[in-house]
Formats: sequence, structure tokens, C-alpha cells
Amino acid sequence: MPSQMAAQAAPRTVQSAAADAVLQVENLQAWYGESHILHGVNFDVRGGEVVTLLGRNGAGKTTTLKSVMGIIGKRSGSVSFEGKQIIRASSDRIARLGVAFCPEERGIFASLDVRENLMLPPQVRPGGLSLDQIFELFPNLKERLNSQGTKLSGGEQQMLAIARILRTGARFLMLDEPTEGLAPVIIQQIGKTIAELKKQGFTILLVEQNFRFASTVADRFYVMEHGKIIDTFANSDLAANMDKLHAYLGV
Amino acid sequence: MGINTQALMAQLLVGLINGSFYALLSLGLAVIFGMLNIINFAHGALYMMGAFVAYFLLSIFGLNYWFALVLAPIIVGAFGMILERTMLQRLAGLDHLYGLLLTFGLALIIQGVFQNFFGSSGLPYAIPTALQGGTNLGFMFLPTYRAWVVVFSLTVCLLTWFLIEKTRLGAYLRAATENPTLVRAFGVNVPRMITLTYGLGVGLAALAGVLSAPINQVRPLMGADLIIVVFAVVVIGGMGSIMGSIVTGFMLGVLEGLTKYFYPEASNTVVFVFMVLVLLLKPSGLTGRAA
Ligand SMILES: Nc1ncnc2c1ncn2[C@@H]1O[C@H](COP(=O)(O)OP(=O)(O)OP(=O)(O)O)[C@@H](O)[C@H]1O
Ligand SMILES: [Mg+2]
Repeated sequence: MPSQMAAQAAPRTVQSAAADAVLQVENLQAWYGESHILHGVNFDVRGGEVVTLLGRNGAGKTTTLKSVMGIIGKRSGSVSFEGKQIIRASSDRIARLGVAFCPEERGIFASLDVRENLMLPPQVRPGGLSLDQIFELFPNLKERLNSQGTKLSGGEQQMLAIARILRTGARFLMLDEPTEGLAPVIIQQIGKTIAELKKQGFTILLVEQNFRFASTVADRFYVMEHGKIIDTFANSDLAANMDKLHAYLGV
Repeated sequence: MGINTQALMAQLLVGLINGSFYALLSLGLAVIFGMLNIINFAHGALYMMGAFVAYFLLSIFGLNYWFALVLAPIIVGAFGMILERTMLQRLAGLDHLYGLLLTFGLALIIQGVFQNFFGSSGLPYAIPTALQGGTNLGFMFLPTYRAWVVVFSLTVCLLTWFLIEKTRLGAYLRAATENPTLVRAFGVNVPRMITLTYGLGVGLAALAGVLSAPINQVRPLMGADLIIVVFAVVVIGGMGSIMGSIVTGFMLGVLEGLTKYFYPEASNTVVFVFMVLVLLLKPSGLTGRAA
């Protein structure tokens, strides 16, 4: 018995860098039809972290999230979630493993009211936030429960899009540009929410172009360009990397 | 101005009965179109199969009307789900035209097979004992079976509406009609849901077939005649709406009935004249959302 356990433990120490990774992406490639979009993307996200993907328009950030989610038809490489290989899994299976996705276009359903939108994603694990906890984070939603989903303001729709994936029990969230097109006060509110979620132990992969916002919530950054990761640094090194970052993002 | 109440009421009743079939069939078409984006031309053939299954259940297994009412939708629905899994599924993402052509071909094949074995004449199917006879309402005689068909169809239509508009399962259906990829990324097995939806729509057609067996007999071409009118109903109502297809179904049945009384020569064409008018004035249909 003891020798068997030792044999199992051995390989873990070898790949110790990735051992605590919730998500480990290696050499991820993805295609839309014939066009090759991701050319070998490598990154990881560890438990409890907020990791941000930065990059210009068209760099492949959304495609990366969609590939992890299993939405892109043609993909290759390795995506491992909590140690399980999911590169070939269907998106419904990936969701049921505990990956939650909030798309760039928010994806609020017009034929559903706010309550139905909120309740739509099925529970994939026990331990999701209760409605009361969700209304604590997003008080506006409570008053709008019976409105048609797409009658909400842009900010409210974004909150609804985040709120509905918190109910499911998934502990790993992928948020695609949650601040896009929103007023500063709403961006601030979303920043607070992300910080609160991190405090509650959620692991978050965030896509952002607004790195000023990202720097308030992220632990680490990856920079994408032309379907590849070209740089990475911790939030603490942000100041030292500011010039490079300006060059990467063209801001 | 002599209005013969008795005759008018009789035509109205016929209209309501036809309206029941229109509603059940166009409702199934609307549900299928919403989820699969396919205009299911095989709907009439599947309606016919419902009536034939009722006939076989009785003549081979001795299972009466009430069993048929439950079993025929399940059996024909299962057949529909096999069609969806083996053929229709492959058309996902293609233009409507492909689905229309494939289901049109399927309709011809199914009807051809039944015609080959049963010819074109009708097989009798008796009204169940409990629903025989009728009531004299004073101004008209109301046959029990016909009243049953109207009430039962309306109930099934409203239950289907409730299922789709008011339940959690219905919320999945509506959401998947809008954005199947996202619903799937939430963990819902959308391909399976699509198959079940097709089964539901086909089951409604089969149910209509069972209901019609005692009224219209069981004929291989019974669906071929009906489906053309039902398509006109769908065009008039608009493809998008569940309640719209129910209301339009009953309404056009009544319109036909009234025409039969007031101007019988036009009773076979009134629905199509109405369809042309709707297409000219409001191409997305009376209740349909613009495409
Ligand atoms: N559905 C699609 N079909 C074909 N090409 C696509 C599709 N979606 C995106 N692309 C292409 O893939 C590349 C990466 O797009 P992606 O949406 O991943 O970029 P992004 O980094 O998220 O950009 P943005 O910041 O503008 O959201 C772009 O060149 C884009 O034109
Ligand atoms: Mg994007």
C-alpha cells in the first residue's frame, strides 16, 4: 500500500508548477472554418486566482475562452480542468464539470424575463449562490425580475449575465469583457463584485481591454497577440511593465 | 334575410373541429420550426400515421381508442425522433429549403408505403362507446364525439402553450430557440432537447390523427390534403408564435365554417385568399415576429 501511494505521488511533484492549476491550457489551437485563429496558446489559472487575458481587438481572447468552453468546432492541444482533459468534450459536458461562461455579447434571452434568465443555467454542482446572496451583490436585479430580459439597461444586462452563472455551483468563471461599453460607476460596481467573488473563493479568468480596470482585480496577466500568448506578469510587476503594456495594447 | 340557426351552428361546429386539427398541427409545426429551423412537410404523413397506429392497435391488439390516444403519439413520436436523429440532424445550420425538401420526400415515401398496402379508400374506425350519441341543445344537435374533439384539442393546445411559456423546460426551449450554443454552454444537452422537441411536435400530429380517425376514417392521403391548409394557417399566423398558431388554427377553422354557410362555393379557397391578403399586408404573419 505505501509504495503504491508513493508511486502515485511521484509524478505530481514532477509537474508541481501545474499541480494546483484549476485550468491548464497547453498548445491550444483553434479554427473558424478554414481560418486558423489560435496558434498554440499556453497559460494556467490556479485555484482562487483572478487571471486576466489582455490583448488588442482580434488577438484571440474570446476565441480562447470559447475554445476552453468547447464552443469552437475545431480545436486541438490540451485543456485540462481540475485535472480532466476536456479538449474533446462537448460544451454541455464542460459546463457540467463546473466551468461557467459569461459571453462578450452577454447573451440575455429576449424571450425570457429576468427571473427566467437568472434561473436558466442548470445547477451543475451543489453550493451555488442563493438568490438572496445574488440580490445582495446585484440589488438592481431584484426590482426588475419580471421585466423582459433585453429591456434591461446594458449595465443591468451585464449584471444579470454574471449573476446567472453564480447560481450554478460552478467555481470557475470565465468573464469576457464584462466592462465593455459601460459607464464608470457601473464598471466600479462590477470591479467590487469580482473582488467579492474572489474573496468567496471563486477562480476567475477575465478577458479585458481595460487594463486599468483589470489591474484593480487581477492577480496575474497574460498578453495575447495574433492567437498566441506573448507575455505574462504578476499584478505586482504591473508598474515595471507599463511601457511594454502600452506598446502591446497600443494605448 | 333567413338565417337558419341549425345549419349555421352545424357549420360552425365543423369549423371548430377542423380548427382543432389545424391548431394541433400548426402548433407542432411552430414548435418544430422554432427549435430545428425546419419546415416539417412530413407533418401530414405523421398525422396519418397516428390514425393508422390507432387502427392497428384496435384491429391487431384489441387496444381501444383510449389506449390509442396515449400510445399513438408515443409510437409515432418515437418514429419521428428516429427520423430526426438519423436524417434531420444532419441538416442543422443549412437553409430552410433543405429541411423542406427532405421532409417533403419523407412524406411522399411514408404516404406511398401506406398507399401500397392499404389503397386509397378509407378504413373505418368507430367512435368509442363512451362518446357516442349527442345532446339536443334546442337550437342544434351536438354530437358528443365532436364536442370532445374540440374540448380535448383545446386543452392539449393550452397545456402545450403552458409547457412552453410557463415552465422551466419551456424556458430552455425558448432560450435554445434564440441561442442554442449558449444554452448548451450552460450545461443543457441541447441536441437531445431538439430530438425530444421534434418528438413532441410529431406526437401532437399523431394525436390529431387519432382524434380524426372516427370522424374522417383512416386513409393514407388524409394528411396530404390537410397539410396544405395547415401550411396556409401557419403562414397566416406567423411561424414564431405558439399562442398565435393555436388562435389562428381555430379562427381559420371557424372562418371556413362560416364561409360554408354563407358562400359555400368559396369554402375551399377562403383560407388561401386570406393567406394571400396576409402575405401582402403583413408578411411576417398576424402574430409572427419579423424574421
Ligand atoms: N465567427 C468567426 N468566424 C471567423 N472568424 C472569426 C469569428 N470570430 C472571430 N473571428 C476572428 O478571429 C480572430 C480573433 O477573434 P476574437 O473574437 O477571439 O478576438 P478578441 O481578442 O476577443 O477581440 P475583441 O477584443 O475585439 O473582442 C479575429 O481575427 C476575428 O476576426
Ligand atoms: Mg472578444
